[in-house]
Amino acid sequence: MSYDYAKYLRKGKLPHIWCAGCSYGIVLKSLIRAIDSLQWDKNDVAIVSGIGCASRLPGYVDFNTLHTTHGRSIAFATGLKLANPKLNVLAMGGDGDMTAIGGNHFIHACRRNLDITIFVFNNNIYGMTGAQYSPTTPKGAWATTSPYGMAENNFNITDLAIGAGATYVARTTAYHVAHCEKTMKEAFLHKGTSVVEIINSCPTGFGRKNKFKTPASMLMWMKDNAVNIEKAKNMSPEELAGKFIIGVLHKVERPEYLETYDATVGLKK
Amino acid sequence: MAKKVEFMMGNHAVAEGALYAGCRFFGGYPITPSTEVAERMAERLPQVGGRFIQMEDEIAAMASVIGASIGGVKALTATSGPGLSLKQENLGYAMLCEIPVVAVDVMRGGPSTGMPTGPSQSDIMCAKWGTHGDHPVIAVTPASVQEQFEETVRAFNLAEKYRCPVIVLTDAIIGQMMEQIEIPEPGELEVIERPKPTCKPEEYLPFDLDKDFVPLAAFGSGYRYHITGLHHNSDGFPTNDPVLHTKNTKRLIERINKNYDDIVKVEEFMIDDAEVLVFAIGVTARSAKHAVVEARNAGIKAGLIRPLTIWPFPEKHLDKILSKNKIKGIVVPEMNLGQMTLEVQRVARGRCEVEGLYSLMLDPILPAEILEKIRRFV
Repeated sequence: MSYDYAKYLRKGKLPHIWCAGCSYGIVLKSLIRAIDSLQWDKNDVAIVSGIGCASRLPGYVDFNTLHTTHGRSIAFATGLKLANPKLNVLAMGGDGDMTAIGGNHFIHACRRNLDITIFVFNNNIYGMTGAQYSPTTPKGAWATTSPYGMAENNFNITDLAIGAGATYVARTTAYHVAHCEKTMKEAFLHKGTSVVEIINSCPTGFGRKNKFKTPASMLMWMKDNAVNIEKAKNMSPEELAGKFIIGVLHKVERPEYLETYDATVGLKK
Repeated sequence: MAKKVEFMMGNHAVAEGALYAGCRFFGGYPITPSTEVAERMAERLPQVGGRFIQMEDEIAAMASVIGASIGGVKALTATSGPGLSLKQENLGYAMLCEIPVVAVDVMRGGPSTGMPTGPSQSDIMCAKWGTHGDHPVIAVTPASVQEQFEETVRAFNLAEKYRCPVIVLTDAIIGQMMEQIEIPEPGELEVIERPKPTCKPEEYLPFDLDKDFVPLAAFGSGYRYHITGLHHNSDGFPTNDPVLHTKNTKRLIERINKNYDDIVKVEEFMIDDAEVLVFAIGVTARSAKHAVVEARNAGIKAGLIRPLTIWPFPEKHLDKILSKNKIKGIVVPEMNLGQMTLEVQRVARGRCEVEGLYSLMLDPILPAEILEKIRRFV
């Protein structure tokens, strides 16, 4: 029996704007299943996004949804959470939105450990503006602004989050749908700032010009190169060359920001 | 009962005014000469059940107060020149998305890092046109510590009433100076609370393009809807329709313009028989008032127009005086190189001479300098 997504979709707002072959639709469905499995009241969920293809997701789902300015989702989400701590707040956006223009907010959210969830949809490119290189575009890759190949080094988003102090950091992919749903659910339940990097594919902007002949081949690349962290523990660096690790990369317990703030200042309720 | 009188710094009076108005969130970033607003809020908010956060940058500070307001809490940020520049994109967001917030700009010398501790009035046009696109702006201009308090309360009221951001445009002198202030009793000043929608959630149109005002539902209150900085339809979802784009932009501007009488506050001093006018705001208006009194003592029929609302521009007030009185000239002293003067000239439409008196010297323009200009018209 197929899963009923209708309860969570704003049907009148479909079809979505994403290109044929884009992996965001798959991740959208994982997100809906993850929230549904938590049985959260839709009134208690807020999804905040920035600008870009991924950031259009909130418009399609029936929650409190806030499509903000480029890179600023986390900063809006921070104010929203402090104003109404009962809300389950998800800030989400693409790799450019979250780690280039929004990079400052990203690292400081990780440092603060406010109880919000951050999803980074990493498709290695600025899709909406037409395939410009992002902080996660692989070295040598083609983009309209790296027509001779990407010359810059790139971010490892999960390393960045861990270094900045996030208390839950995981990576999953659009291909691994069950894993994606499970990881999202765990991230939502984690007390403190949780970061999930979701490896995605942009066949139109990235794949087409970077030797991925079909959208499916990009998903197959995820399948072939993702290594679960449990398996990776028994693999040598040589065996892991060219691969990437999925799973929970970092999980620690640290006092959550809002609780700490309220206690520190003796907030009069 | 005797009034509660304190000796207070202007920036602290902004904070106290905000608390009086029901502000329960502050998101800020340190910047001279506004930082005392943040410091006071950091100390005071928890005492009244509110929260303070020092964000990672000016942009985040502006974003956080918009987020808090969407969460249903009255919110304040404070900044100065460079910070006002950085806040502009999100100020525009609040304008288009109709989110009530208050931002204080304690003006210092610009452009760029400029004169961080030097008083100025050079953000008048930045407050109006700093964000891109056509948009409405409300900016209030206090001239004393008492008014720092009262105008901040009024700024919150206007923000809630007209569902828009309001800028408190003050300067480094008014912000940093200590002065006597009478703290209003609770209930003494009007405090407008945010109206709540009464319709069924499924019928809620948060941005109804056919209405001037729709109450803003807080996220989490059971009204699930979408907010976007893209041009949007009545239901809040993006549209590329140029007709709707035009309609909504005009609607947002018009609803401020047509409430001019409620929004625009002007002190008119000795203008009934005035032949020479001085048009000044903030700290400069204090010198101007002094100059007008001295002119009167010298037998010159001078008067002062002192806007406490600079945006929308008090053109109806000015126009009325110019229609009624035989005005020989208007002196516009301002601590910049002529930002208000051009507006006064626009409204005067050649009916009288308009002469600016500009200073970037970081000290207040002196009454004697203004008086000298007044004398030139007689």
